Amino acid sequence: MRLVTHNMLQCHVRGCNVNNYPLQLSEVEIEIQETEFNSQFLRSMIRKLEWSALINSAREIGITTLPEVLPDDFDEDFLRNIHRVLLETHIQQGKMTCPNCNHVYLVRDGIPNMLLNESET
Amino acid sequence: MLPTPNLDHLSSKDYEQIYEPSEDTFLLLDALESEITFIKNEINPCICLEIGSGSGCVSTFLGQLLGNNSTVLFCTDINPNATSITVETGRRNSIYLDSITTNLTSGLLPRLYHSVDILCCNPPYAVTPHEDIYSKNIIEKAWAGGINGREVIDMILPLANDLLSDNGTFYLLVISDNKPDEIREKMWKQYQFHSEVVISRLAGREKLIILKFRRNGRNIND
Ligand SMILES: C[S@@+](CC[C@H](N)C(=O)[O-])C[C@H]1O[C@@H](n2cnc3c(N)ncnc32)[C@H](O)[C@@H]1O
Ligand SMILES: [Zn+2]
Repeated sequence: MRLVTHNMLQCHVRGCNVNNYPLQLSEVEIEIQETEFNSQFLRSMIRKLEWSALINSAREIGITTLPEVLPDDFDEDFLRNIHRVLLETHIQQGKMTCPNCNHVYLVRDGIPNMLLNESET
Repeated sequence: MLPTPNLDHLSSKDYEQIYEPSEDTFLLLDALESEITFIKNEINPCICLEIGSGSGCVSTFLGQLLGNNSTVLFCTDINPNATSITVETGRRNSIYLDSITTNLTSGLLPRLYHSVDILCCNPPYAVTPHEDIYSKNIIEKAWAGGINGREVIDMILPLANDLLSDNGTFYLLVISDNKPDEIREKMWKQYQFHSEVVISRLAGREKLIILKFRRNGRNIND
């Protein structure tokens, strides 16, 4: 699971509607997999992110290179850094905990599992 | 004509666990290929999402058509074997697929609200008794569509309205038993989505159809 995916995931346990995002990352195993850099795509993608959630989640997995506030202007260095954090950093194993209801979703072999059992939906 | 994704890593053993790419899969590939100029020029997608990716063949192909790592390709499936094979199929074909095990798009909304530029789905569409859509057999669940084959499709339609960006487009495979005209009318009446048939093909007794939906105000022939 890449952070671009994690940025889109929210707890969906029945009745859990507030303060349920972003899911807190813990016990993670990280792998870097290089991929082609595309600045045009990154520029559009950045606009679709929740920036504060991204920097928080990055910090939880030990990445502290993102600026607190999204810059107005994206220079090449900034985009390369985002590329690395968002698209090349893979969470292979880990836990994602809802900050509101504490439900734990697992990431196994790089894939987040958002399934709930019937009583939770 | 782009070659279809390489699936040599999959064997009949895998097809006991996941849906084997079939006529329906290949019709969706053909539809996407015929649409690629429109997709690139008019949509210029940033976020793509496939519901029920199975082997991952469709999203891999879409990634190949778009090229240059130019979009993110989210794939969901309720079957954990499918989500892991989806990633593997992408990898074998040099396409990274962001695979998520979930029911339809649970967990991705509200974040993806009005954000998806290309939504595609080859849903469970076969006409079966209602109970079969809850089957514990994961292969049966891959095709069982309940009454008129519409029960899962009818859960996906409102999601398309939630997910599609202003300029987004939704490609849906259906069969004639699913009453495609009724689906199109429903999408128009409830959400003011324009629709058209992209391509159709006979496969045995079944007529397979790819429907294309866009929001009102967007000319379908743009
Ligand atoms: C007809 S198969 C299509 C598979 C693949 N996209 C293809 O074209 O070959 C339908 C897929 O949807 C998945 N599916 C069925 N119900 C689902 C649900 N509620 N949520 C997510 N995926 C589902 C099945 O596991 C299966 O992989
Ligand atoms: Zn929660």
